[in-house]
Amino acid sequence: MEKLLGEFSIGLFFWQTILFVALLLLLRKFAWKPILNAVNDREEGIKNALDSAEKAKREMANLQADNEKLLKEARAEREAMMKEARDLKNKMIEDAKSEAQEQANKLIAQAQASIETEKKAAIAELKSQVANLSIDIAEKVVKDELSNKEKQMKLVESMLGEAKLN
Amino acid sequence: MSFVSHAEEGHESGDKKTEIKEYIQHHLLDSHDFALTSYTNEDGETVHVGFPLPVILWDDGLKVFMSSKLHHGEAVAEVGGNYYKSYHNKIYKTDAEGTIELDEHHHPTNVKPLDLSITKNVAVIFLVGLLMFFLFKGLAASYAKNSGIAKGIGRFLEPIVLYVRDDIAIPNIGEKKYKKYMPYLLTVFFFVWFVNLLGLTPLGVNVTNSISVTIALALITFLITNLTGTKDYWKHIFDPLGDSMPWYGKLPIYIILVPIEILGIFIKPFALLIRLYANIKAGHIVLMSLIGLMFLFKSWLGSSLSFGLTFAISLIELLVALLQAYIFTMLSALYFGFASETHEHAEEHDGEIQHL
Repeated sequence: MEKLLGEFSIGLFFWQTILFVALLLLLRKFAWKPILNAVNDREEGIKNALDSAEKAKREMANLQADNEKLLKEARAEREAMMKEARDLKNKMIEDAKSEAQEQANKLIAQAQASIETEKKAAIAELKSQVANLSIDIAEKVVKDELSNKEKQMKLVESMLGEAKLN
Repeated sequence: MSFVSHAEEGHESGDKKTEIKEYIQHHLLDSHDFALTSYTNEDGETVHVGFPLPVILWDDGLKVFMSSKLHHGEAVAEVGGNYYKSYHNKIYKTDAEGTIELDEHHHPTNVKPLDLSITKNVAVIFLVGLLMFFLFKGLAASYAKNSGIAKGIGRFLEPIVLYVRDDIAIPNIGEKKYKKYMPYLLTVFFFVWFVNLLGLTPLGVNVTNSISVTIALALITFLITNLTGTKDYWKHIFDPLGDSMPWYGKLPIYIILVPIEILGIFIKPFALLIRLYANIKAGHIVLMSLIGLMFLFKSWLGSSLSFGLTFAISLIELLVALLQAYIFTMLSALYFGFASETHEHAEEHDGEIQHL
């Protein structure tokens, strides 16, 4: 212990304390603070970058989910639109068909009506022609047979009667 | 090495042993000049290689002169009418003839003026300080220049700085309060390490094996510990049991416990300074004794064995240089951790009492 104390030098102690404290203060100001701040900033930066990467990843996932949803919606819409279009087409065809049917029916009815009138006209004409023919016949009969007038008249009457029956 | 030069034929080995012992003793002391080596020339005169350093004395006024005046303790320096002589690397006031009067224990009885000289160790401390300042200022600047990435030697230093922060400061002091202590921990770590490493060079630097230096370092740790001590730190010393016991129960325990705790405040830094001093000093003594052995054996087998051993011990000393810096910083951080703790247990104790 005595030797230890004998080794103690006030000068060295004095200088060591002064120099060390000076070094400590200088380094604190010019080295340790900037170094630790820089390292801290860098670590913060890395942490932030990782965080934002994670965030970006999550956003991407969200975006993808959104896209998926949109796609699904679009698909559903397309489906609906196509269904509507199909329905419309079917309805149009149906309508067209029914209209055509109606038209056709109408045409047929008209045709039938006109046929009927034609027929009636034809019959009337036939009748008139028959009448003319009968008159011609009668003329001929009259011409040919003036004698048997009574008999001839009977015949005419019966013929006319027959024609009326028809 | 000066003892080589005295290895003349015909000398008894006993002489050489004493000489080596003296040389080691001498080496472990501080000196007033920066001696690199010394040898004896043909005329039998000892020639010292090195350069002088300023001697600063306080003896009824400031006395400053270069240590070359002392001629390594062989001459009397006359400054302003006073005469000074160096004896075993300590400066004494003498008469004109330079008489050193010794008492029965061979201690000089001459007056010792207050010696604030820039000794070899002070010069080394100053140089290490400069080196550290430029190294770490460079590291700080390289962050600014390279957008937060260290360059050059900073690449090597930065992980060590981070190690001190992440593995010494934060675990011992805690995430919240470590920042305040970082400058001291980093400075002391690198200072002790660099100085220890320089001590292993042939320059004969022995800063950390001077008790004055370790006392100064431990004193700063002591002051920081106790000046930043929180209420809980002092409560832990003066009232370690807290409210867990009534005062009449605590009294007989505290008569023993509190003095021990108070003693502990001083023992902790004391252990710190002795540990650093003793480890480095022992390392130097062992290394130099082994080097001395090489010259004592004077045989190819013994000397080369001794050389191998010296080499191995040198490697261990390299590790010790780092280890002692680490331990000093680590224990300082531990003490700062004690000092800055805010006792979470205190609240628990209160809670327990309330439950009771």
